[in-house]
Amino acid sequence: MKIDWTRNETLVALVILAFCLLAALSDPSFLSIATLTDLLRGGIVLGIFAVAAMLVLISGGIDVSFTAIAAFTMYVTAMTLNALMPWMPWWAALGFGMAVGAGLGAINGLLIAGFGLPTLIVTLGTLSIFRGFMLTFIGQKQITTLPPSMREFGRMMLIRGENADGSFYNLHGAFVVTVLVVVLTWFLLQRTMLGRQIYAIGGSVESARRIGINVRGVQFFIYVYVGVLAGLAGVIHASMARVANPFDLVGLELSVIAAVVLGGARLAGGHGTLTGTILGVALIVLVRNSLIVLGIPATWQSVTIGLLILLGTGLPAWQAKRAAARAA
Amino acid sequence: MTQSPVQRLVSSPEGRLAVIAVAVFVLMAALSPDRFLSLQNLTSMAFQFPEFAILALAMTLTMLTGGIDLSVVGVANLSAIVAALIMTRLTGSSDGTVVFLVALCAALAVGMAAGLFNGLLVAKLGLPAILATLGSGLIFTGFAIALTGGSAVMGLPAAAAWIGNSTILGIPTPLILFALLAVGLSLVLTRTAFGVKVRMFGANPLAARFAAVNIDAMLIKVYVASGGLAAMAGMVVMSRANSAKADYGSSYLLLAVLIAILGGVNPYGGYGKIIGVVLAVLSMQFLSSGLNMVGVSNFARELIWGSLLIFVMIVNTWRPAGRRN
Repeated sequence: MKIDWTRNETLVALVILAFCLLAALSDPSFLSIATLTDLLRGGIVLGIFAVAAMLVLISGGIDVSFTAIAAFTMYVTAMTLNALMPWMPWWAALGFGMAVGAGLGAINGLLIAGFGLPTLIVTLGTLSIFRGFMLTFIGQKQITTLPPSMREFGRMMLIRGENADGSFYNLHGAFVVTVLVVVLTWFLLQRTMLGRQIYAIGGSVESARRIGINVRGVQFFIYVYVGVLAGLAGVIHASMARVANPFDLVGLELSVIAAVVLGGARLAGGHGTLTGTILGVALIVLVRNSLIVLGIPATWQSVTIGLLILLGTGLPAWQAKRAAARAA
Repeated sequence: MTQSPVQRLVSSPEGRLAVIAVAVFVLMAALSPDRFLSLQNLTSMAFQFPEFAILALAMTLTMLTGGIDLSVVGVANLSAIVAALIMTRLTGSSDGTVVFLVALCAALAVGMAAGLFNGLLVAKLGLPAILATLGSGLIFTGFAIALTGGSAVMGLPAAAAWIGNSTILGIPTPLILFALLAVGLSLVLTRTAFGVKVRMFGANPLAARFAAVNIDAMLIKVYVASGGLAAMAGMVVMSRANSAKADYGSSYLLLAVLIAILGGVNPYGGYGKIIGVVLAVLSMQFLSSGLNMVGVSNFARELIWGSLLIFVMIVNTWRPAGRRN
């Protein structure tokens, strides 16, 4: 297989490999199943968010409201199921969350596709609206007793085990959901007309319109889909944390977008791969979880992530600029 | 077609915003006349808004070039922390006026250096501003955390209260500072060649290049100025909180973007007036103070700000079906 050195994916994969190599050299116990499961666990919610953010970036938009949708959904789901439907099975709780998320996503979709407003402005507004509405009218207190369905889901483990040194490791069942989301989105983007239309809109809205793509319909679908994913991520987050804290999640949006961009999606639209997105998420989670292994104190975490973003996006931008200068 | 004054007023975004600002003020004054119009409330509003209003000025400036500065809060906190550290180390028995001035200059230098870094990333490396400043914002915040270990720097000298907590001739100092910066920025943007270049580049980068505008130098100046404004805002926040910390004002970032856009600034560049931003800030402050008085929670502000933003955007872009092109 030929390796394309100019792609972001290659760059990020190399950085991940170098990181792991250095970490393993400074602490041999880094290469353990426990590290791997921690990494995968950290990527569950972030991964779903990243897939959602990537889809919007591909279509040429930007969405900063998905964390607010997730927080809103997890809070409303926990509250409603507690009060009205404690008998619901766990999968129905996830379904309920997806439905709430779809509703909120439809509001974004209506404003963007219906009124034709810029995506950044709409989602910035709805971020404040969703969060403000939840905290004003629904509640500000943490829900510490989750409904039985979410508690049951929170206890579901895929793998459980004990290391040689007696510490435990486990992988949460929600990981399967993230994998399903990735596979489904891959299918959508690569194997359906709708997916190709999303890329087409990101490439050029006007061209997409002229070849007969229903731009508004596709845009509306994107924001509903993102809402569904965000709602799902919200319910999973609360189930895994065993608490629904309305102040959680919001504030993550720019880090998620950074992870996706690191993986090669472009803000201008039309570009973005799931492989890149997964690698970007992996790198961010790795830095968050394991920076200390390299001997860098945790206080330098955000400096490292910031530098990675600048390097990961700066190198290709600089190469492109040089290539353009040479051509001119 | 001749237009009546009213039509002319509502035909520009700034005119509509002025109507909104006045309407909100009148509405709030009518809802609780004795409290909203009290001198105490008016002064407290004048102390509250300048810190995020100055950040909105920085945001406006970068948006005019079609960029954005997501690092403003990081720059503000980093500058304030450097200033606070200088003051806590150097102040002896005096009230610290000289040290305060030194710290203020240091904060501005830090802010402008951070801005220079952003400018180089955007102009020389060709990074999209949103990514460059997102990354650099994390770095600045990271330095702020590393400098302080994440805790607040306290024990500032009395002189530090001047920039955020004092009044000059009965007018709050932060308000005067904001007014000076807003008027200054407005003059620079409308009366100088630099201002014309900024808007020209924002409206059409290619045309600006062919018009022999030195784009790199212009962009670097814009981000340096944005960093300086952010440092100023940081000093006001520090003075009002009487401390400096790496995570102060984290909600101000989106608020600053929101205010700039509400003020009619086109986030894709080329259009925006400082008067619009000032009116947007005033509308927001009247609304949140007034609602606070009638007993609406702080969180409702977010809801109302978001709704106001979307409402104004719909009004600004909405055309009756027949007139759409």
